[in-house]
Amino acid sequence: MDNEGLKNLLHTWTEGLETEEGPQYLNVRVPAAALHAFAQRLKTDPDTSFDYLFCLTGVDWPEYLEVVYHLESTAHGHKMVLRARTEGRTDPRLDTVCDIWPTADAHEREAYDLFGIRCNNHPDLRRLLLTDDWEGYPLRKDYIDEINIVEL
Amino acid sequence: MSEIKDEVELLNTQEYFINMGPQHPSTHGVLRLVLTIDGEIIRKIEPHIGYIHRSIEKMCEKDSYRQMVHLTDRMDYLSCHINNEAVCLAVENALQVEVPERVKVIRTLVAELNRLSSHQLWWGVMGMDLGAITSIFYGFRDREMINDIFEETCGARLTMNYNVPGGVMFDIHPNFQKRTKEFVKHFKTKIPEYDTLLSDNPIFRARTEGIGILSKEDAIAYGVSGPSGRASGFACDIRKRIPYSAYPKVEFKEILMTEGDCFARYKARILEMWESLHIIEQLIDNIPEGEFQAPTKQVIKLPKGEFYQRVETARGDFGVYIISDGNKSPYRLKFRSPGFSNLFVLDKVAAGCKLADLIAIMSTFDYVIPDIDR
Repeated sequence: MDNEGLKNLLHTWTEGLETEEGPQYLNVRVPAAALHAFAQRLKTDPDTSFDYLFCLTGVDWPEYLEVVYHLESTAHGHKMVLRARTEGRTDPRLDTVCDIWPTADAHEREAYDLFGIRCNNHPDLRRLLLTDDWEGYPLRKDYIDEINIVEL
Repeated sequence: MSEIKDEVELLNTQEYFINMGPQHPSTHGVLRLVLTIDGEIIRKIEPHIGYIHRSIEKMCEKDSYRQMVHLTDRMDYLSCHINNEAVCLAVENALQVEVPERVKVIRTLVAELNRLSSHQLWWGVMGMDLGAITSIFYGFRDREMINDIFEETCGARLTMNYNVPGGVMFDIHPNFQKRTKEFVKHFKTKIPEYDTLLSDNPIFRARTEGIGILSKEDAIAYGVSGPSGRASGFACDIRKRIPYSAYPKVEFKEILMTEGDCFARYKARILEMWESLHIIEQLIDNIPEGEFQAPTKQVIKLPKGEFYQRVETARGDFGVYIISDGNKSPYRLKFRSPGFSNLFVLDKVAAGCKLADLIAIMSTFDYVIPDIDR
């Protein structure tokens, strides 16, 4: 399915979607509350069948944090970018998608480790790359670590 | 009666934990696996990573687009040229710079040599992991020829830094074509030797066939790409599906298997070596004349927006995701490394296997730890 068809189809699924056609992929922003159900349908619906989550990225924006899911359908070959924002930066939470795409398990742990994005219902949300007693979330823009980071 | 009960309890086994790594020879780097073991059977595997995490993504947020290319070959150092290429392609696409045909061909040639050298090292180490010491000497003997070609043309043997945004750093060395052809001729006679030594070896077959089976559905769900994914039948070769550089011009087969066991993953890489040789043969006499760099500005600023570039490294689907706010460094940069996703399928694949099988399974997934930790 091309981006235009995908966009029209997805708008019939949920209220409150924001779509934007980027130079490469169709960007779809879904309200955080609807994320899990929407992601589930993206995978199971035979018209979309996005079964390959090839990238999951945490991003720190001034007012909120965002998780970006790059999706691909191995059956249809189409790709899209799903995005969801957290409510504020103090207690950022989003529902996990690791029951839908198992590969998200480790990626969400990484996003928690480096950005502090807590995934609701994640089976094992622990730090992944850093030690368990690490303080703060290094990939956030306001992170200051005078010992480990050398400013250029 | 109580005596019988005591005897049964005596025979009961108990699950226990052992640490494999972080300094275990067969983890090929500092990776720690916490294994839950029942006798010799593995029940659960929990990878602990991050021992060589350098936060290259954070460093890139301070670096210019020229500088960050050099950091990428410290991730998957066996596919360094292909990692570099991913960043360069992302920057070039964002700037809408059209690189000369000559650059595309040179990049593809070096990338395929790089893939071959990675597979040669993997093959040597794979044999060694399973107890055959000869293979490492064979693998390194042939890999040395590629390293010599790299040394002459790129000025380095392992982390070459040959790509720059807009092209390659220097033109190819006058000997490049001659030596590459010599290597192809030499290596064509050596892959059958590899087959004789390992592929047809009954001990090797017994330790790999039917071991560590990964289904196609699981490969997709866990994002297992590269030869490991293709051994399960997941058609994920980026060179075929989203062709870049000179790949649209060359003819080669995407190696697909159905078994999904250790031997299929092994065989997929062996067959991939033949395909790489085939690609090199098509291009080596057809390097177009022209410039080796497209003109780019000294200070590169990407337009505001998001850019994603995927390439096929020796380990699979490598992605560079750049979020630019229009400055000379990215606002956020994410590396999607194939090793990371390939690692976390281990529990799925190896649970229920014997402890010794884990060595074979890890070897056929071809992990490079800096690629996982970044």
